[in-house]
Amino acid sequence: MKQDIPGTIMFDGAQAQKGLALNRMCFSFNSGDNRAAFRADEDAYCRKFGLTDEQRAAVKSRSVLKMIEAGGNVYYLAKLAGIFGLNVQDIGAQQTGTTVEEFKARLVAAGR
Amino acid sequence: MAKIIGGIATTHVPAIGKAIAENKQNDPYWKPFFQGFDYVHGWLAREKPDVAVVFYNDHGLNFFLDKLPTFAVGAAAEYRNEDEGWGIPVSRAVPGDPALSWHLINALIADEFDVTICQEMLVDHAVTIPMALMWPGERWPVTIIPVSINTVQHPLPSLARCFKLGRSVGRALETYEQDLRVMIVGTGGLSHQLDGTRAGFINKEFDQLCLDKIARHPEALTRYSIHDFVAQAGAQGVEFLNWMAMRGALTGRVAEVHRNYHIPISNTAAATIVLENRGRRERMAA
Repeated sequence: MKQDIPGTIMFDGAQAQKGLALNRMCFSFNSGDNRAAFRADEDAYCRKFGLTDEQRAAVKSRSVLKMIEAGGNVYYLAKLAGIFGLNVQDIGAQQTGTTVEEFKARLVAAGR
Repeated sequence: MAKIIGGIATTHVPAIGKAIAENKQNDPYWKPFFQGFDYVHGWLAREKPDVAVVFYNDHGLNFFLDKLPTFAVGAAAEYRNEDEGWGIPVSRAVPGDPALSWHLINALIADEFDVTICQEMLVDHAVTIPMALMWPGERWPVTIIPVSINTVQHPLPSLARCFKLGRSVGRALETYEQDLRVMIVGTGGLSHQLDGTRAGFINKEFDQLCLDKIARHPEALTRYSIHDFVAQAGAQGVEFLNWMAMRGALTGRVAEVHRNYHIPISNTAAATIVLENRGRRERMAA
């Protein structure tokens, strides 16, 4: 798969292989008990899912761009972001280096 | 015999579920989107469908990346929703029609669409939010056949392939002996991107082109590769595959009777469209 669209990492076979452990952990956050277990002991929870060092560091940093580089898929990462109280506009602002207000204003401007 | 009455496509953004739960339909932010459903409610009340075939994409509720079907058809008597970890309320279950599901599955596989068959299947917001938008009342007057299309993990099926899948579903429905009024639903889109430094990408011009072509010239859209479609519509804009399948299933003369387009809902260009399927086209000589 050509990865030549600016600002976009296509979730292809290479990314899917790389990200399996991280995405599997995020998939587990469909359960409220698992979200609570992550909150209670993040290190232990990440160990249980066998995250790579890169993935563990990315989760620790809370940086969505780093999690994507480590193979995370945004639909799964959104479940993790929810634990940190972040919605898709918050993570949009984080990834684009703007404030949430600026990010929302950009979306509104796209409609004009 | 079953009759295909038409199709509806709509955005399925999770935040819509929250807005419904909090009764925000008339808030200035939400009203331009929700008012687009006034027409839909009237149309559904007039047309009275019995069953809806729903093309959608799962976002990691029923399927995980360990085993991810390209096309999957539900064959359950009931489809439950569960906690999706997105902080939206859990929806009530949607009733199914296993006899019709198996009719479609048999026909699709005979037609070389080797779908995954799901006797148990959770449905996520991509099914339940369009249901709640179309029928905001206490009960849903239709059964559903959910058809899941992989829009998450590349390689994705092409626009042309999804259009043909829809065609095959349409042909199969027309041979079903029960007198059912069938509607087709496609959910998701239009342009949006949640991930990467291009997050927040929206392409109004390209969305307008898709909306202009979908009713009368859907074949024109099948020329786009997935790569080009992502470039034009954003990484999650490829949910438009569900719209292509919906359109493919409308086998007659198709007329657009309603359109609503609004930017933004959450990070997404939101669109709703109603297409009528007005009887068979004259059969062309081969």
